[in-house]
Amino acid sequence: MIKKRIVITFPPGLAEKPLTYHLVKDFDLVINILFARISPEEEGKLVLEIGNSSEEQVERGLAFLRENGAQVEPLSREITWNEAECIHCGACTAVCRPQALALNPESWELSFDQDRCIVCEQCVTACPLGILRVSF
Amino acid sequence: MAKSYEEIAHRIRQGKAVVLTKEEFLKAVDEQGVDRAAETVDVVTTATFGAMCSSGAFLNFGHADPPIKMSRVWLNGVPAYGGLAAVDAYLGATEQSELDPTYGGAHVIEELVAGKRVRLRAVSQGTDCYPRREVETWVSLREVNQAYLFNPRNAYQNYAAATNGSDRTIYTYMGTLLPRYGNVTYSTAGQLSPLLNDPYYRTIGVGTRVFLGGAQGYVAWEGTQHNPAVKRTDQGVPLGGAGTLALIGNLKEMSREYLRAAVFHRYGVTLYVGVGVPIPVLDQDLAAQLAIRDKDILTSVYDYGVPVRSRPALAQVSYAELRSGAVTLQGRRVPTAPLSSLAKARRIAALLREEVRAGRFALNPPVQPLPATTPFRPLTIRQAEGEE
Repeated sequence: MIKKRIVITFPPGLAEKPLTYHLVKDFDLVINILFARISPEEEGKLVLEIGNSSEEQVERGLAFLRENGAQVEPLSREITWNEAECIHCGACTAVCRPQALALNPESWELSFDQDRCIVCEQCVTACPLGILRVSF
Repeated sequence: MAKSYEEIAHRIRQGKAVVLTKEEFLKAVDEQGVDRAAETVDVVTTATFGAMCSSGAFLNFGHADPPIKMSRVWLNGVPAYGGLAAVDAYLGATEQSELDPTYGGAHVIEELVAGKRVRLRAVSQGTDCYPRREVETWVSLREVNQAYLFNPRNAYQNYAAATNGSDRTIYTYMGTLLPRYGNVTYSTAGQLSPLLNDPYYRTIGVGTRVFLGGAQGYVAWEGTQHNPAVKRTDQGVPLGGAGTLALIGNLKEMSREYLRAAVFHRYGVTLYVGVGVPIPVLDQDLAAQLAIRDKDILTSVYDYGVPVRSRPALAQVSYAELRSGAVTLQGRRVPTAPLSSLAKARRIAALLREEVRAGRFALNPPVQPLPATTPFRPLTIRQAEGEE
């Protein structure tokens, strides 16, 4: 039994296919959706946590996703925050659903909790100073 | 009991003046009441640090030999306006590089302030008195003759909050707005903001000395879109964007700490500007205005997903609610996020307090008050000159 986090990127158009349904129904994967951004004409993105499943099951499920044109990567990327350059405006907190990026309600200074981050990358473009970056 | 500017200046010289930041003043009001605080406190410092698009710098490069009348000018590939005398130019903060839209005038200003040299290119048709037709060189802030920030509109007195009712993410000057009312953004220092503390511009007018980007600057004029006649609360707080300031200051004395280039994704380049204003506590009326709190400052939340000038207002909220982390929109709790830095604004207010206390930052009455009534007109699209 393994537990892993993966990032699935869909090209435009693939959002119409019920891929997660098949992961559960056909491959018997126990999935938890950590983040989803899917709109019909844009690239979609899904962050899944897969647990209580065998390595083989998981590999078959992921192979199915790839066959259907989705890009599958482990969640090995991370967001880095250049704290020294930060002006603590808070613009990034507007898009950070898991509240990994948060302003302290007393000091109004930003903090970044890497453990809460699901690498949705929304903060990368939301940061007006360009100091939140994806690193591999 | 009223105090004069002279009395306050005298107390500063004697080292007896009580100078507090706005937040410290609120504590004094809690402890002493407004009437007593009006007497015991001499100066209250206010500040803001936010994105202010209507900013830019005048530069004079000096004359080359042979000289050139620069008609088109670029700094690090960013066009500057050269339709002035031979070697004068104005570099606007939001002007984008012709090669890279994520680099603009604000970045050039920040690099100059950081002490770096930037690439200057200029072309001309050539004249009898200015025969040179092209120049390419490197210039720094230290080497140019004059470099001053002249920002036509800064320090907006209140500003609307933004949300997005459409079903796609939109990228605006109010940041990334998530679909279906996914978030609300706001941009203000709130109770710390200069013009909200002197809502009728009694002490802030033409000639008022201000903190601008790390240097001492001045209010040059009313800001563009100055609109004092908006609806106000009983305390005089405007319910939306109202007064604005045109500010001027020596770029050579400014610091990257208080002047930062920014890019709003799919909107463009802008400049974060630190502005601070010390307000003399002249009388009880002014003290009462200075006692304004986030809970008393209201603004409207507009749907930026509707692409028209008069966007629908969805709710009226206080800055205390916006600061709490969520507001209620159409019966749902929606998370909020600021765009201007309260942490930086506080740093400016504290710095200004020290400067005023030490007598290094003098307070002076305005040379001329800002207009109390200025109409704010939209742009009419006409097909013919004579059309109404």
